[in-house]
Amino acid sequence: MYLYDQYDQAMVDARVAEFRDQTRRRLEGKLSEDQFKPLRLMNGLYLQLHAYMLRVAVPYGTLSSRQMHALADIADRYDRGYGHYTTRQNIQYNWIRLEDAPDILADLAAVEMHAIQTSGNCIRNISSDHFAGAAADELVDPRPYAELLRQWSSFHPEFTYLPRKFKIAVIASDTDRAAMKLHDIGIQIVRNEAGELGAAFYVGGGMGRTPMIAPLISDFVPLDQLITYAEACLRVYNRHGRRDNKYKARIKILVHELGPDEYTRQVEEEFAHLLDQGVEPPLAELERVKGYFELPETLRYPGAGRDPALAESLDSDLRQNDDFRLWFERNTHSHRHPDHVSAVISLKPVGGIPGDASAEQMHLMADLAREYSFDECRVMHTQNIVLPHVRISDLRALWTRLEAAGLGSPNLDTIEDIIACPGLDYCSLANARSIPVAQKISQRFAASGRTAVLGELKLKISGCINACGHHHAGHIGILGVDRKGKENYQLLLGGSEAQDTSLARITGPGFDEDGIVGAVEKATDVYLANRAEGERFLDTYRRIGMEPFKEALYG
Amino acid sequence: MAEEIGTSPDEVQFRFRDGEPVDHAAVTVDSFLDQSNAAAVRIEPGDDARDLLPYLDRLALVEVNFPTFGDGRGYSAARILREAGYAGELRAVGDVLIDQLASMRRCGFDSFASDKRLDEDDARAAFDRWHDVYQPAADTRSPIWAKRHGRG
Repeated sequence: MYLYDQYDQAMVDARVAEFRDQTRRRLEGKLSEDQFKPLRLMNGLYLQLHAYMLRVAVPYGTLSSRQMHALADIADRYDRGYGHYTTRQNIQYNWIRLEDAPDILADLAAVEMHAIQTSGNCIRNISSDHFAGAAADELVDPRPYAELLRQWSSFHPEFTYLPRKFKIAVIASDTDRAAMKLHDIGIQIVRNEAGELGAAFYVGGGMGRTPMIAPLISDFVPLDQLITYAEACLRVYNRHGRRDNKYKARIKILVHELGPDEYTRQVEEEFAHLLDQGVEPPLAELERVKGYFELPETLRYPGAGRDPALAESLDSDLRQNDDFRLWFERNTHSHRHPDHVSAVISLKPVGGIPGDASAEQMHLMADLAREYSFDECRVMHTQNIVLPHVRISDLRALWTRLEAAGLGSPNLDTIEDIIACPGLDYCSLANARSIPVAQKISQRFAASGRTAVLGELKLKISGCINACGHHHAGHIGILGVDRKGKENYQLLLGGSEAQDTSLARITGPGFDEDGIVGAVEKATDVYLANRAEGERFLDTYRRIGMEPFKEALYG
Repeated sequence: MAEEIGTSPDEVQFRFRDGEPVDHAAVTVDSFLDQSNAAAVRIEPGDDARDLLPYLDRLALVEVNFPTFGDGRGYSAARILREAGYAGELRAVGDVLIDQLASMRRCGFDSFASDKRLDEDDARAAFDRWHDVYQPAADTRSPIWAKRHGRG
């Protein structure tokens, strides 16, 4: 994985000094709260309902065991012994004191980490495919491109006060595991007919109160023009994005109001101009970065097929233990090297808080990454952790240790694998709580045994219209609203954040907290009564439409 | 005669160019385009800096106004002028604060006249904060990638 050189290290060290200075001036009264707010936000420091929240960047979700240990230490030393993994593959701490923030940033800088641009109206942490570099179906590892964009976007002098926040995702597989088209810019690394690699740009997607799927604006940007093209996209947005209304300030509104063709025309014009401005790093820099993402030697040459001795060892483990077999079937993903898989550590125990992990659990995950996964782990945007490169003969031992620590839930991509925002338990923007709803749903479905019957079913909960819980993209989405001073939950159906991106539709009037759990159950009744062979919930919904669900819910 | 606006040389607190600060009263972009014999113009966030490109030789001072520091359009305006070869004074005016100075400098501003006088030491520290930079901009600094590949 990427390692800092002296330049990268000097940049994060300078940032720590800068933020220490800004905090001092704030505490001395030289900066007003209005002046300080955007500065602290650009360091990931939010003021929530009860305390400051600090959001730490995990570029493209990749962590070494040393970094994971450091995150655990921060949870212990400065917070209440836990952290919360987010849908931008980051981690956030909910109980931070302002005075401690500079020291936390210094601790992070010591392990090549930071909280730069994890909030604020700037370019946020670049996210990517959580199986990057491991997935059997990818074209190339997308992370070197994400790292190139990370460096370009860090402290970009022109794009620090954009109309609104700006999110970029990079993938390199036709299977989209990063909700790419629901980003301000989604990039897919592709190969053209001449066999060259390049970048397809999708611009103007997003969730929030006006969800939109990004249109394709360029199907092939050569790799030696990638940064220049991104710069052109951003400049058109910085100059012409709306600033009169923060709810219409995201780039999706600009692209929608201009129309994708006109936005593209303006970008192409700016791009032609910028090509002469020398903003593009040389391809040698991309090659340098790529070197850090080379697979470990033993994973590089897949050979003809699975090693028979390893395969037999796994088969024997699977035969002996049904719980292990279930976890293996649900929580592992095929690897480009047949003797390995990517293993998902679920942070969705039944009745737990989605995405939370204790310091002890983080230390354990760090140890397991070192012992079983070439010292690497990943944060998924679905708020779980991946060990990307696990040898199949190590899986049983890995699973045994996960089970003992409450990390062995076999529920990846099931109805228990819920994305939920922090909601009204923490967030000052929220209208309703998300966490208790997630807890009740996972308990209800686990207890009834229906989780297994339903198969793949992605459920996502947001506590307000800002959609941090991605409810628009859930096969089943839940949106918490305020209805005459009471928490109320709307049900949505039919969203997807995968390559078949779609936006969920509201079923009708909302429900109270217990009512929404029952409503989800009724929606699954309709699916089970109507599904054809091999259909997921989403497939059945798409085939039969909203009416049968409405009938069951409100009829 | 267009209404004269703009800052005076005594309001300029920091300056990174030789010679005395330009002492022409500025006019709005609209007025400038109407009469176009003015030597100083003030750009507001909604103005298109590219409208000035045919007249850059005639201009000695461009002021870019930041009515609120959170409106970042002026950064693009500054870079566009520098990319087009504007070599005159480029002055950031308005709600210009300590923590935006370094980025403004990188976008090509070489003169700063804030609404409120800034703490001298804090401002100097802010200008000198970043020893290196990740991306080329309108200043002459070599980005980190150039240094890594022997081009810095």
